[in-house]
Amino acid sequence: MNVRARTQISELARRSLVRTIRQPAQVVPAITFPLFLFAINAAGLDAAAGLPGFPAPDYLTWIIAVPFMQAGLFAVAGLGADLARDIETGFLDRLALTPLSRTGLVSGQMAGTVALGVFQGLVFLAVGLAAGATLETGLPGAVVLILLEIAIVFAFGLIGITAAFRFGNGEAVQGLFPLLFVFLFLSTMALPADLIQQDWFRAIAEHNPVSFIFDGIRSLFYGGWDATALAEAFGVAAAISLVFMPLAVRALNARVVRT
Amino acid sequence: MSARSRSVALAIGWRGLHRFFHDPTMVIPSMLFPLFFFAAFAGGLSNVSNVPGFDFPANYTTFQFVFVLIQASAFGGVFTGFAIARDFESGVGRRMMLAAPNRRALLAGYALVALGRALFIWVLLTTLGLAVGMEVAGSLVDLVGMYSLALLINLTALMWAAGIALRFRSLQAGPLMQTPVFLIIFIAPVYVPFDLLTGWVKAAASINPITAIVEAARDFVSGVPADVALAYGAAIGMLAFFAIWALRGLAKAEAAGG
Repeated sequence: MNVRARTQISELARRSLVRTIRQPAQVVPAITFPLFLFAINAAGLDAAAGLPGFPAPDYLTWIIAVPFMQAGLFAVAGLGADLARDIETGFLDRLALTPLSRTGLVSGQMAGTVALGVFQGLVFLAVGLAAGATLETGLPGAVVLILLEIAIVFAFGLIGITAAFRFGNGEAVQGLFPLLFVFLFLSTMALPADLIQQDWFRAIAEHNPVSFIFDGIRSLFYGGWDATALAEAFGVAAAISLVFMPLAVRALNARVVRT
Repeated sequence: MSARSRSVALAIGWRGLHRFFHDPTMVIPSMLFPLFFFAAFAGGLSNVSNVPGFDFPANYTTFQFVFVLIQASAFGGVFTGFAIARDFESGVGRRMMLAAPNRRALLAGYALVALGRALFIWVLLTTLGLAVGMEVAGSLVDLVGMYSLALLINLTALMWAAGIALRFRSLQAGPLMQTPVFLIIFIAPVYVPFDLLTGWVKAAASINPITAIVEAARDFVSGVPADVALAYGAAIGMLAFFAIWALRGLAKAEAAGG
């Protein structure tokens, strides 16, 4: 990356960061909503840890993975909505007149969301540990967890960016949020695949990319280091990024041509 | 209600339902959300019924059907609140106020919309439930009891959301309508019977009026004796409280000129 591109991206990144920090309405729900669901599920499904073959030491340690994944969904909605606002206000059109590269424009927008993702990860980890979850892999595991959180937020943020460039309005991007919730629920979110009784649900959950991310996160909390689970989790995040980065750039090109 | 007020209420009811059924962005999420929750909870968590102490007499599909029925009814009311906010934001509400000699007819009209939306979801959900093995052991009277509790929840949620919508008269108040309903619904025995809850959720659920309603509705569908007085007392009490809240909101909207 040359100096000029670095300057361009860092300016956009700074703007993205400041914008995220200045929007408590975006930051607060991104922290509180996942924690609320975590609290509800941990207490409401506590008895499920008594099922024969349940792998985690307790349900709290099992379900703590969910807020980390939900951060990705908030990245889609938050980043997509921000970018859609840039499109609606004409900021993107003005940006398109500058010599900024398309890839630089897309990646520069991610800074605020990634920073929020790191903050979310630290808060979720602190709350989880305070509530009684165990992190068997210790401090190195915490570092890997935050790196995985960055990968998740980056990957899902790209989905939000692609949607924003494609639809051009915040309402349509927000509409993606429930759709992504489907992926969250039809996974191993609540129970391990082995304990899902319904065949159709188990088949979906086993092949759902979100389940692989859950496995990676959970491997850090109990059972010791699991290179395969971590590789799969990072691999899914990387695959989503590799698919959606070119799609985002293509959608941006199409939007710039239209305007 | 006078003939004129009835006419206003029916017109608002027809308009709201017409808009709902002709706008795919409204009808599809309203349809898919409860079905999806039902599939995710009943399908993904059915093994939870094997937890020691899980004593619900029917299967887990039936257990979750009741929760999703109550949840969908509540959200039918909340989403009708969104429609009220949109009407007042766009100025339609102000024009409707001019046309209605008794403005309470507006609330009655929106109640018809909420009821219509709830009926639509009930039919879909019940059809799906029966198709995937829901066990109905209750009598016809029991089922009427279950659906009437769902109706009371639908109207209560509408009155709550209408109170917010009429005070703010903007869709920006949407999260304020939706979030408390979401919270109170989920601080109830969602996944397991009340006795199996632990920790703070059990303490919160024990004072949550939705708990009594959900538990009674589950008793109705499974044909076991229900605490009818507690459930209906909670449901009617909440409806009365939030009806006053909505009427005060209506007065505020009138005072502000719609």
